[in-house]
Amino acid sequence: MYVLIAGGGKAGANVMRTLLRNGHEATIIEQDRTRFERLEGEFEHQAMQGDATELFVLEKAGVKRPPDLVLALTGDDEDNMVIAQIAKEKYGVPKVIARVNDPRNQPHFDLLGISPTVCATSSILGLVEHEVPEHDLVHLLELRKENLEIVEVQIDKSSPCAGTTVEKLRLPEGARLISVMRDGKAEIAVGKTELKPGDQVLAVLQPGKEDELRQILLKK
Amino acid sequence: MKLIVIGCGRVGSTIAKRFAAEGWDVTAVDDNESALSRLGENWTGGFVRGHGMDNAVLREAGIEDADAVVVSTDGDNTNVVIGQVAQKRFGIECTVVRILDPARADFYRERGLRTICPTSTAIDALGDAVRSCEIPQSREGVTV
Repeated sequence: MYVLIAGGGKAGANVMRTLLRNGHEATIIEQDRTRFERLEGEFEHQAMQGDATELFVLEKAGVKRPPDLVLALTGDDEDNMVIAQIAKEKYGVPKVIARVNDPRNQPHFDLLGISPTVCATSSILGLVEHEVPEHDLVHLLELRKENLEIVEVQIDKSSPCAGTTVEKLRLPEGARLISVMRDGKAEIAVGKTELKPGDQVLAVLQPGKEDELRQILLKK
Repeated sequence: MKLIVIGCGRVGSTIAKRFAAEGWDVTAVDDNESALSRLGENWTGGFVRGHGMDNAVLREAGIEDADAVVVSTDGDNTNVVIGQVAQKRFGIECTVVRILDPARADFYRERGLRTICPTSTAIDALGDAVRSCEIPQSREGVTV
């Protein structure tokens, strides 16, 4: 597999090292001179200095082949979005994975159809939420390849969905209920399943649909 | 008519002032408070301090009922993203984006973004200026 990595920070350099160790071919692009020199010391000709949002830099790094995978891992979200768009839409790279530095920019990545994305802050926050019981929507699992996630929602008396059957809920597109846990017993959620206060509901959804799901199940 | 100018530097502030003078309702956005001073003491239009990547800032500037948006921050990629947000999320048909790099400007122009590339404009203008010079015959062949 040929992988092109934009951004030679900790994430980029570590991914690069692992890919090479596993026998893949890879090139890493870094703009900053000092960082580049460090990378060059380790990866030699497989490291390149330049701005990965410049078309000629990407072309020099072999984006025209095209690579099987491009990783946009710079510390700048706008740069990552542009790299992802150019790689995918200009050079036909089949798969691009982009890093989200500031979770507030996630909607922009979604708007531009850039997926999958990885955000360390969001992942950490997800785990923190999982530890805090009063949070209404807990992230249990992220299925990155499928671009889906599984969340747990606690239904209470004030939930607008309490007393409603699953089929009558206006669930957003890209979201489904999996199961309902009541009195220690889990049941698969079907159309006729009625939601009640105290239920713990598992749902599978596309990242970014949490707010819509929250609106329908919890309206907080 | 309502215009939002995102990035109030030399270019953005001048456009803001020019359209305001023509009677447009203009709001400038910049994450640097000092950019307001570029608009002059008599500025009666709007000014929102904040980053154009922030949808809340764009809403505060009134992008939802804007007729046109000019994106002219000092970062090409920032402009590209904000321009697409203005066009796709807020549906502003007349979104004009400054991109200094001709290659990226072409790419995004092909994808339906109204891009203006000052570099290409400068190249054309410089070339035209040279061609329009009347070069005296006697200079030809002179080695400097």
